[in-house]
Amino acid sequence: MVQPKTNVHAEDGKQELLITREFDLPIELLFKAYVVPEIVEQWMGTKVLKLENHAHGGYQFETTDPRGHAHRFSGVIHEFVPNQKITRTFEMENTPFAVQLEFLEFEKLTETTSKLTMHIVFKSIAYRNQLLQMPFAMGINLAHNRLQAFFAN
Amino acid sequence: MNLRRDVFQAIADPTRRAILMLVASQAMTAGAIAANFDTARPTVSKHLQILTECELLSQHQNGREIYYHLNPQKMREIADFIEPFRQFWDDRFNKLEAIMKTYQANQ
Repeated sequence: MVQPKTNVHAEDGKQELLITREFDLPIELLFKAYVVPEIVEQWMGTKVLKLENHAHGGYQFETTDPRGHAHRFSGVIHEFVPNQKITRTFEMENTPFAVQLEFLEFEKLTETTSKLTMHIVFKSIAYRNQLLQMPFAMGINLAHNRLQAFFAN
Repeated sequence: MNLRRDVFQAIADPTRRAILMLVASQAMTAGAIAANFDTARPTVSKHLQILTECELLSQHQNGREIYYHLNPQKMREIADFIEPFRQFWDDRFNKLEAIMKTYQANQ
């Protein structure tokens, strides 16, 4: 079996998690994907309302769900070192989720490959686990809705 | 073999998730399960085989009938749900990689 390219490491009893990924891209291109608004919009699937790539700058993204509701995500940039690191906060606006702290490290592996390490620190273990479970919960809800629709027929 | 991944592949299928939810309330025979779906009986059998192989379901003989039970322990094992989160980021990063390769080719 092929080794998955993206790894998530979440130790029990810790309020942090580590996401690592190796890319078939030179470090400059990987970093560019985080700083050029038009490119961020494409791979994140969001609108970029604001993206100030420097210390003390801020960013704000917006996504629209299938029901047409807009959700905004935003944060403040604390450190910005091209091709090396971005330190920032991340917050889902108007949700009970507490702000989280993100350390993004960009590493050159070879001329054509690079690695990203996302270290995310949460307010509590409970918040971290809740966030981890969101994609699974969405899948189960979908299955449940289909099943309900099925029995309603 | 990475069993964990197989379990998540098993539950990625909507019909198999529906089967799990059916069996969660009571043990059922293959025939009773299949009666709940429009799909052909052999297709349902294949789904049952996959769910049994990754131990989400277990089989118990009761007279002439074989009943399928949910394996709650296995369901709990996937209860920390990291794999869908990982897949979410993997999809995102695959997209990033593809977009930047196109970008690079166009330079």
